[in-house]
Amino acid sequence: MARDWTDLFLTGDGGPSAAAEPEPEQQEKRRGFFRRLRENMSKPREALTTEIQATLFDTLDEETWERLEEALIMADVGARTTAGVVGTLEDEATSGKVEGGPALQERLVELLAGIARTGDDHIDVRHEPTVIMAVGVNGTGKTTTIGKLAWHLQQELGKKVLLGAADTFRAAAVEQLQLWAERSGADFVSGPEGSDPGAVAFDAIAKGRERGADVIIIDTAGRLHTQDDLMAELTKVRRVIQKQMPDAPHETLLTVDATTGQNGLRQAKLFSEAVPVDGIVLTKLDGTAKGGIALAIAGELGIPVKLIGIGESLEDLRPFDADDFARALVAP
Amino acid sequence: MFDALAEKLQETLSDVRGRGTLTEDDVNKAMREIRLALLEADVNFKVVKQFTAKVKERCLGSDVIGQLNPGQQVVKIVNEELTALMGGASAGITFSPRPPTVILMAGLQGSGKTTATGKLARLLEQENGSSVAVAACDVYRPAAVDQLVKVGTQAGATVYQQGTDRDPVDIARWALDQAKMDGKDVLIVDTSGRLHIDERLMQELKDIRSAVRPHAILLVVDAMTGQDAVNVAEQFAEAVDFDGVVMSKLDGDARGGAALSVKQVTGKPILFASVGEKLDQFERFHPDRMAQRILGMGDVLSLIEKAERQFDEDEAKELERKLRRDEFTLEDFLKQLKQLRRMGPLTSILGMMPGLAGQQMKNLKVDERELDRIQAIILSMTPEERRNPELIKGSRRLRIAKGSGTNVQAVNQLVKQFGQMRKLMKQIGKGKMPDLGALMRQAR
Repeated sequence: MARDWTDLFLTGDGGPSAAAEPEPEQQEKRRGFFRRLRENMSKPREALTTEIQATLFDTLDEETWERLEEALIMADVGARTTAGVVGTLEDEATSGKVEGGPALQERLVELLAGIARTGDDHIDVRHEPTVIMAVGVNGTGKTTTIGKLAWHLQQELGKKVLLGAADTFRAAAVEQLQLWAERSGADFVSGPEGSDPGAVAFDAIAKGRERGADVIIIDTAGRLHTQDDLMAELTKVRRVIQKQMPDAPHETLLTVDATTGQNGLRQAKLFSEAVPVDGIVLTKLDGTAKGGIALAIAGELGIPVKLIGIGESLEDLRPFDADDFARALVAP
Repeated sequence: MFDALAEKLQETLSDVRGRGTLTEDDVNKAMREIRLALLEADVNFKVVKQFTAKVKERCLGSDVIGQLNPGQQVVKIVNEELTALMGGASAGITFSPRPPTVILMAGLQGSGKTTATGKLARLLEQENGSSVAVAACDVYRPAAVDQLVKVGTQAGATVYQQGTDRDPVDIARWALDQAKMDGKDVLIVDTSGRLHIDERLMQELKDIRSAVRPHAILLVVDAMTGQDAVNVAEQFAEAVDFDGVVMSKLDGDARGGAALSVKQVTGKPILFASVGEKLDQFERFHPDRMAQRILGMGDVLSLIEKAERQFDEDEAKELERKLRRDEFTLEDFLKQLKQLRRMGPLTSILGMMPGLAGQQMKNLKVDERELDRIQAIILSMTPEERRNPELIKGSRRLRIAKGSGTNVQAVNQLVKQFGQMRKLMKQIGKGKMPDLGALMRQAR
C-alpha cells in the first residue's frame, strides 16, 4: 500500500522495498499528517450530529445501522456502496463473527479500506522519459496538482520534470501552469492560446526528450465528461502523444474534487472510456468534504486513488493511504 | 440536468399512477424510491428526510386516499413540495438607485467564480444595457487576474486590476472608486476561492464586504457538489449572509441535488445557472420550472424563452405561412437549422421538451457533426435547387456531393428526409399532432 512517496513511485533503483522500513522521523511526520487529515475531516460535523460516535456499536439495534448508513451517505460514499458495507457489517455482527464495539469499529475501517484498496496504486516513473497526463472536470484542481506533483518528483526523487501546457482553452491556464513550473523549478513548454492541444503535447514530449527530462506532465483543459466532442479531443491528445512515444502516456491521472457528490462516478466512468484512467487524485480534502465518492469509484470501477490534495501550498499533495482514509471517513 | 431524477420518479410513480387507490404501503414504497433517488441526486440527507416526511404526510391525508386518481395526486404533491423547496417564483438582482450596483462573488476554489463573473457581466450588459466593470481581487491563485482580464474583456466589461501584490481589500476599495469615477452601472467583484473553514480568508471576505458594501453577494456553487454543499452554504451564509446562488456547471449530467440542499438550509434563492463553456451560456434560474423538469414535465417555458430570443417574430409568421401553404424549401430549412443551433447544443434543447426527458433521451444522441454535414450539403446547392429539391438529379447530385465533401448517398438521403419532413410539416400545419414516437425513430 502506498503510504510514503518512496512507496508510491516505482523508480528503478530498488523500488518500494528499499523503503520498507521508514525512518522514525518519517513515521512521525506521517502520524502528524494523519492527525491533521482526521482533524480536517471531522471538524465541521458537530452541528450535523451524523458523526459516528465512539459509542455507536455499544448497543446494536435498527438505529445503529441507520446511523451508520447516514454517516456514510453524508460522506458522499453513495447509497449502493453504503448499503453493501453496512449490510456486511450487520451480518457479521448478527452472526457473532465480530463482537464488541472496538472490534466492529475496526472491522468497519477494514471493510472501507478494502474497497479503497484496488488495482495497482503505484506510479511507475521508470520509463525514460515517463509521460503523465492529467485530466478532469473544470475546477477540480488539475493544474495545481501538476505543480505540486512536479515539486515532489524533484524533491523526493530528484527527477528532472517538464510541464506541457496543453490546456489551450481556458483563459490564462497557460500562465497558471507556467507560474507553477517556476515555483516547482520544472521546465515548461506551451503553445499559443487556442492552439491545438495535441500539438502542444507532441511538442512537449519532443522537447522533453531533447532536454533530457525524466518526467513529462501534460496538463489538459478541464472538460465536463458529458461533452462528447471535448472527450473525443482528449482521446486525440492521447493518440498524438502515442505518435511521439508509443507506450506513453504511462500514467493518466483523473482529478476528482472531494466535494463532488455521486456525479463523480459518472466522471470517472466517462473519462476512463475516453482515455484509460490509471489513478484518481482526490483534491481539496482540506475542506469539510470527506471525499467518500472516491470509495464508490474504487469499488464500482476499480480505479485506485493514488494521491490526495490537502491544501494550496507545494507540499500539500500526499500519497493516498487507504487505511488512513477509511479511518478519517468514519472518525469519531 | 435533472433528467435522471425525473426518470426515477416517473418509474416509481408510474406504478402508483396505474392504480385506482393508494394504500399506505404504496406510499411507503414510493417514498423509499424518492428518498433513494434524491440521495443519488446528492440532495442532503436531512433535506431528503424532511422532504419525504412532508410528501408522505400529505399523501396519506384525506385529499389523496379515496380520490379518483391518487397517482396523479402524488405527482402533484411531489411537484408542489419540490417547487416550494426550490424556492417558488424566480428572483433577480435588485439594482441600486445610485449606481454603481456592487455585486460580490464568493465561493470555493474551482466552483467557477471567475467564469461566472464574466458571464454575469455579459448578461447584465445584454439584458439591461448596463455598463459593467469587474474587479480582480483574486490575488492568490496563479494567473487568476490574467483569466479575469481575458474573460472580462471578452464580455465587454472594463477590468480593474492591480496585479497580485496588493491586498484584495484595497483593490476592491480602489475598484469601487474607479467604477464611480467612470460612471459604471454595475461593478462585479471577483474574489479568490476560499474554504468555508479557512478563518483568515473568510475574515478577508468580510473585510471586502465592509469595504465595498455590495448590494448583492452571490455564492457560486458547483452543481456537482455532494452532501457537503450544506456545510459550505451554511458557513458562507453565516460569514457574509449572501443573497443568492449561482449554480455552475449545470450543463453536465449532475442531478444537481445541491441546488435543493442549499436552498433548503439557507433559504437563499438560486438566481443564475451557468450551462456551458461559452460566455453566453448563462441564464436566470427558474426554480418553479426546475421542479416540473424533475418530474419529467419538461422545461417548456425555458425553451419558449430561448426560442423567443433567437427567432424573429416576423420570420416566424412568414414560416408559419409557408408551412401551411407547403412552400417550405431547403433554404428555409437551412435558416431554421442555423437558428436552432444558435440556441445551443441540440441535445440540451431536446432535453427541455416534455416527454423527451429521461429514457428516450439516453438513446437519442444528436451528432452535431451530422448537422454540419447537412449544412454543408445545402450550402453546396444553387438557390434554385434549394427551392426546388426535385431538380436534384444525376450530375447535380455528384456536384453537390463533391462541393460539400460528402457523397451521393448523403445527398440523396437529405433530399429524401426533407421530403418526409415536408409531409410531416403539412400535417402539423393542418393541426394534426405528429406521432412523437415516429419522430424519434426518424431522428435516430
